[in-house]
Amino acid sequence: MATEKGEVLLLDLWVSVFGQRCRIALAEKGVEYEYREESLLDKSPLLLKMNPIHKKIPVLIHDGKPVCESLIIVQYIDEVWTNNPLLPSDSYERAKARFWADFVDKKIYECGTKLWRLKGEAHDEAKKDMIEILKLLEGELGDKKYFGGETFGFMDIAFVPFTAWFYSYETLGNFSTENECPKLVAWAKRCMERESVTKSLPHPYKVYEVVVKLKKRFGVE
Amino acid sequence: MASGGEVKLFGMWASPAVRRVEWALKLKGIEYEYIEEDISNKSKDLVKYNPINKQVPVLLHNGKPIIESLVIIEYIDEVWKHNPILPKDPYERAMARFWATYSEDKCRGAVREVFFAEGEKRVKAIKCLEETLRALDEELKGKKFFGGENIGFSDLVLGWMAFWLGVSEEVASFEVLDPKKFPWFTSWIDNFLKVPVIKENLPPRDKTVEFFHSYRRLHLAAPKC
Repeated sequence: MATEKGEVLLLDLWVSVFGQRCRIALAEKGVEYEYREESLLDKSPLLLKMNPIHKKIPVLIHDGKPVCESLIIVQYIDEVWTNNPLLPSDSYERAKARFWADFVDKKIYECGTKLWRLKGEAHDEAKKDMIEILKLLEGELGDKKYFGGETFGFMDIAFVPFTAWFYSYETLGNFSTENECPKLVAWAKRCMERESVTKSLPHPYKVYEVVVKLKKRFGVE
Repeated sequence: MASGGEVKLFGMWASPAVRRVEWALKLKGIEYEYIEEDISNKSKDLVKYNPINKQVPVLLHNGKPIIESLVIIEYIDEVWKHNPILPKDPYERAMARFWATYSEDKCRGAVREVFFAEGEKRVKAIKCLEETLRALDEELKGKKFFGGENIGFSDLVLGWMAFWLGVSEEVASFEVLDPKKFPWFTSWIDNFLKVPVIKENLPPRDKTVEFFHSYRRLHLAAPKC
């Protein structure tokens, strides 16, 4: 167990794709940590103290020092616990992994939000965009086992939590990820064979329940 | 001069994202060929090397393209290991990356909002921008640079604010850089602009002001959806 490097606490929210990235990374490294569920409507004093700038989860607190922003947290985990490296050793491959993780960050979350939040023409536009984004990612994956090649790594960790949202995107957008991006779906299934992933991701139906609640709360039917 | 293969940079003279990559290259003493792009008429090469978003900067190292300025700078730092840009300690690295992300996710948007806003919206936008300046000012307390005694990753990424924020103030007629409100941040600007690699690698101010005047006019004149 990788506990010799100090006390680790993760402030998180069960459905957060960003939190899930951190959980997967910690599990891949075999790091023992305390998981603390936060409520977005009633943020704990600890969260507000540890992330005063954004007041958001996830926050990794290592020996009392906070690290914020999920991709920064995953890189931090990779650099502190050096067993089972998550980023490739080659600099060019690392740059590619960072680029695509950043691409996922910039594109998917916002587009996904538009899918449940908007109606009419704007919704149709979001559906087109989502399919395009997924196809681009599938292009990058190609025939590889994982985005990182033979080994599950940084880019896989950055993207895999969003696969629990595929069912929601499909239902909201009325399309089939299997038809549009079969290689991505196959990749997602391979990732789900890893314990770190199955333990960290919620069931897609549970995610959809959250989306339905959000739609009701924002008056989007 | 640092060797290590052929290096090319596709850029645009007024772009802060391009300039920060040039600062990194020059800090390391890396020789490179610079290719100026006409953004309204992008070259076949740019589209070939960056088909995803067709944007500058694109770094080409031994024929292989790297995109996104923050990714490029980390790449440069890993390939050419002398004059390190990122610290060695993992926690310090996480902090450096945090402030770099803050620049891109918060500060740029905040400046952009003020730059294009008018009336009531502008008042609100200025408040948001001042909040980001406050956060930066707080972080700089007791430090010359974000990187400490010398400039580092966060300084290079936030460096656009030392020049382009002033340009924005002039073009869009607003004022936020108040040394009484943000003493550490305004000192940082002075110190940053004095660093030789930075001082010698800034676009001409008049030309930049003129460019952003046109850019603002075009944007405000465009039909709103």
